[in-house]
Amino acid sequence: MNSRTLSYVLSAGALVGLTALAFAVGRYPVSLNELFSVLFGQSVSPNVETVVLQVRGPRVLAALVVGAALAAAGTAYQGMFRNPLVSPDILGVSTGAALGAVLGIFLSLNVILIQLFAFAGGLVAVGLVYFIGSRLRGHDPLLALVLTGVVIGTLLGSAIALLKYLADPYNQLPAITYWLLGSLAAITPRDLGTAAPLALLGLAPMLLLRWRMNLLALPDDEARALGVDTRKLRTLVVAAATLMTAAAVAVSGIIGWVGLLIPHAARLLVGPDFGRLLPLAMLLGAAFLLAVDTLCRTIATIEVPPGVLTALIGTPFFLWLFALARRSW
Amino acid sequence: MLSVESLAFGFPGRTIGRDVSFTLEAGEVMCVLGPNGGGKTTLFRTLLGLLAPHAGSIRLDSSSLKSLSRAQIARRVGYVPQGHTGYFAFTVREFVLMGRTAHLGIFSAPGKKDLAVAERALDSLGIAPLAEKPVTEISGGERQLALVARALAQEPKLLVLDEPTASLDFGNQVRVLQRISALASSGISILFSSHDPDHAFLCAHRALLLAEGRVLEIGAPRAVIRSDTLERLYGVSVEVIALGGGAHTCLPAVGR
Repeated sequence: MNSRTLSYVLSAGALVGLTALAFAVGRYPVSLNELFSVLFGQSVSPNVETVVLQVRGPRVLAALVVGAALAAAGTAYQGMFRNPLVSPDILGVSTGAALGAVLGIFLSLNVILIQLFAFAGGLVAVGLVYFIGSRLRGHDPLLALVLTGVVIGTLLGSAIALLKYLADPYNQLPAITYWLLGSLAAITPRDLGTAAPLALLGLAPMLLLRWRMNLLALPDDEARALGVDTRKLRTLVVAAATLMTAAAVAVSGIIGWVGLLIPHAARLLVGPDFGRLLPLAMLLGAAFLLAVDTLCRTIATIEVPPGVLTALIGTPFFLWLFALARRSW
Repeated sequence: MLSVESLAFGFPGRTIGRDVSFTLEAGEVMCVLGPNGGGKTTLFRTLLGLLAPHAGSIRLDSSSLKSLSRAQIARRVGYVPQGHTGYFAFTVREFVLMGRTAHLGIFSAPGKKDLAVAERALDSLGIAPLAEKPVTEISGGERQLALVARALAQEPKLLVLDEPTASLDFGNQVRVLQRISALASSGISILFSSHDPDHAFLCAHRALLLAEGRVLEIGAPRAVIRSDTLERLYGVSVEVIALGGGAHTCLPAVGR
């Protein structure tokens, strides 16, 4: 077995193990026997059934879907912007989606409209960052993109702050705050029912175009000379990745770092070929967020927001990335 | 194969060159000479359809370049840009396989046949041993050869090389020129630019002298590469010396 196959097998194994563990641990422990009984429809105590199917089931599934979606979107952004340091957070997609959703909550819209607003916000933000970043000539393009993302993100963040200031402090403000911190605690099967198809819709073009995605990592002229209509392809993939990010953000709120960390880790393991990278990044992203969320609900008597834990893990990783020689990109 | 008529080219809103006309037959090699900033790269990018012409016409295989899709152009014309370093760490084999994209369906990945074409391209440039190395970890010269291999994997009828020898040592320069000659005798048309007029003498059938975006002269290298044209192009005095067997070389006046 070569090292690439080993990476897939180990990641898939870790994912399965973590899923079983996530169902088992918590305020109400469930044994593996009980878990399998529920899954295979044998009779168990109603308490166990409720915990597995109603309480932990949606949450575990949400962690898997959101983690995989954020990692896939990050993988696409990094390839497309020829830049291993970009991610939905750094490009302002998350903040844009957050602004859209906060606006939706502020206007007391229904869940579907809030998700639509999140999608539109994310798309506008990444479009703005890419447009401005690519026009800042005479700078290192990588630096220009990252800094533009930070600046636009700050601008959008202040718009969010304004909406929080104006929001109804009894109904809207708690919803907004909870949502900005990111959480998987209140996921309902209905949320999953809207988010998962949207994420899959975003994933489909990435899977189908996996070979062509590689060419987006080349300088534009080269990709076009090799027969790729880069503008069309890039627009499609940006829309797909933003759809995935927005679908994730709309159910979980903002959970940072997954889209930056995971694609890079996956690239270190199997190289930059998108067809190999995407499945591994999704496996790792799902496993990572599930592990983080399980820790969040078990390490303390109160829930820790998952964004806090991902930041604790992500910050040193990001610094290490900067320090690392660029050649391994 | 390629026919260019009273072409004006440049960037949107800024014309760099005009009145460029020439034709290139199958199996013919043309070397474009000119100073830095003389418009060589911009001309090449226009011929590849990467920049829109400002006036005039470009015909490939008797169809207008305008009427061809990106994939149709890529199946006819291979492009070797000036070396680049900002790549992801694709292996040399994956990198060369990218040359097959225009031959693939939009949702397909390269198959066995494509792999065989890529291997042949790697072999023909003597870089097969590098196939598993990341393009980020090979030397500039090796990367240049990988770019040529990628263009060959396109199986083009016309190969456009922008200063293919620029970052190569003397041996690799000669190897690339030999490769150009060999490809031309297999029927591929070749358009390349160089900073060394000797390269035109060594392997080009014709030379195109491009000064400030206009054609200064075009014709057989020994007819158009002269002391006066080189001085006009580069602003330095050069002696063109005829050697035995019809060969020529350029000797710049330095410290004499």
